[in-house]
Amino acid sequence: MTKVALIGAGKMGISHLAILGAHPGVEVVGVSDTSKMVLDVFKKYSSFPGFTDYEEMLASSKPDAVVVAVPTKFHAGMVKKILDQGKHVFAEKPLCMTVEEGKTLVELAKEKKLVNQVGYHNKFLGTFREVKKLIDGGFLGELFHFEGESYGPVVIRSNQGNWRADPREGGGCLMDYASHVIDLINYMFGPVTKVKGSQLKSFYSKSVEDSVFALLEVSPALSGTLSVNWSDETYRKMSTSITIQGSRGKIICDANELKVFFKTAECPAGYEKGWNVKYLTALTEPVDFYLRGEEYSSQLDYFIKAVEGKVPNTINTFQSAWDTDKVISLIRDRAAISN
Amino acid sequence: MERILFGDNQFFAVNHISDEKSRAQSIQFKDDSAIINTLNIARSTGINTFMCTTHDRIANICDIIRADPGKYSDFNIFPCMPYAHKYANAVTELGITGTLKQYVPGNFFGSLFKGGVAYLSKDYISIMELLIDAEMKMFKGLNTPVIFLQNVITDLLLGLGMIDILKGFHAYVEKKYNAEAGFITMNMPLLLQKLEVAGIENPIICSSINLAGFRMSGGKELYESVLKTKKVRAIAMQVLGGGAIHPKDAIEYVCSLPNIESILFGASSKGNIAQTTAYIREFDGKYAIQHQTAG
Repeated sequence: MTKVALIGAGKMGISHLAILGAHPGVEVVGVSDTSKMVLDVFKKYSSFPGFTDYEEMLASSKPDAVVVAVPTKFHAGMVKKILDQGKHVFAEKPLCMTVEEGKTLVELAKEKKLVNQVGYHNKFLGTFREVKKLIDGGFLGELFHFEGESYGPVVIRSNQGNWRADPREGGGCLMDYASHVIDLINYMFGPVTKVKGSQLKSFYSKSVEDSVFALLEVSPALSGTLSVNWSDETYRKMSTSITIQGSRGKIICDANELKVFFKTAECPAGYEKGWNVKYLTALTEPVDFYLRGEEYSSQLDYFIKAVEGKVPNTINTFQSAWDTDKVISLIRDRAAISN
Repeated sequence: MERILFGDNQFFAVNHISDEKSRAQSIQFKDDSAIINTLNIARSTGINTFMCTTHDRIANICDIIRADPGKYSDFNIFPCMPYAHKYANAVTELGITGTLKQYVPGNFFGSLFKGGVAYLSKDYISIMELLIDAEMKMFKGLNTPVIFLQNVITDLLLGLGMIDILKGFHAYVEKKYNAEAGFITMNMPLLLQKLEVAGIENPIICSSINLAGFRMSGGKELYESVLKTKKVRAIAMQVLGGGAIHPKDAIEYVCSLPNIESILFGASSKGNIAQTTAYIREFDGKYAIQHQTAG
């Protein structure tokens, strides 16, 4: 059994906790949160030991691995302390507030040879994984353009007052929402190297941006657009998609549906010339416990397996999340120049 | 429970395979009259139970049904609560405490937060009961013989090991609404095992059951074995595997399984409603003798 502790029982933390609680290879040895009420509920109705102080939890519950699901501004300090104690870390996204903070964590995790993973769950979706396979196999030919998009109803009126509305805590559409799409673009094509233009616009929020529009370059041949808006209530929940144009065809993919167009019959097994449509139902691998999407269970299962040494720690490493942090920083810098 | 239950995903743009279809449905069912028309089509094929989320718009549908008791006197509604996105969005915006303050009715919660330590001794089951009452308000005066807990909540509590809260839901729904509790889940075998241990016998459990094995956590074989060997009043949902399976094969598979009391499906068009209903009746006929012999 892998002993896991969790810091931050908010929306993501509780979801992670339920998945860990049902995982046959995991013993949840502690939960820490600043809310006494949340801890009280755990005390009354669950078997998880609760702590108000995470350092006390680390000392007394002696976990092998720690899941960190606190606001981003706390990541740098907490994760460093956990790595210093020789424990494996799964942290929520984005990795850190600044590129410098992220660098410290990447180097420390490497030096200590500890498993390190960040919660960019899209990479555990069968649809996006299939896109990655098609691209790596060269089936789309030479790539020249992509569009990464994400829309959803997070901020659909003014007067929101939690940490997501506070830029000093890691709030804002760029860090919270666009980070997912940027990470997916980096994963598909290699890291973005230049940001040729960007706009951070607000519709409702006073202190943070509600949307991100940017022109990104991966290489002189391959560039694309980023269009992200968390104030779009025509979407019931977050919807992320990617469109890719290549010399031999085109891909349009979201979490549930993959559409591929091949110009000729020269295509991989299971595909033919013209349009091909595949659904998540056929591309997803079953999980042992489902909560809100296979990808949430799969990413934690992958982390636990990496801690057990059963899989390499290569998906969503601190390094790849740091690459995403760097693009976030480029987009912010570029927007400041444009304004 | 009746053999066929009519679902509501199509009315609220819940489509598990296509964002494009979601948007088309959102446009098609913009007006409440479109929902009522589709419900009436379902009723005309003999489906008399509507299983629906406690979405704000369902309150309007309930008003229409209440206003016409002659037409809908024997019509059953199975409420499924909560409409999770309402609370999920509220938690994002207000935090957990803020959400409870917003949705727990009356000044119960106001007093709870006074005096700091006082609330620690409070009983959270009673907070849940107040939330159930709030969600049930829109169904006042209508037939709601089974009341469901949505899968995201059932499975969250299951994963957290908070089976006492599931038990609390089961008990309260019976006591206050004289209804049976149902649980929607994506983890049927695990849930059934935990409910049995908690002393809830032969529970109503609605879960994905389909030929493709989609969203059948633990595997299709495990589900089939549970249906054959355990006591459970099973409702099969997502029988079409999100549209990935041919309807005829999909329905034949579900009808061939033992111990499935009801089949839940939703559809937008008259043709699809009629076709699915016809397949269920056809394959029920084919497998009736087989199930009787086995039973």
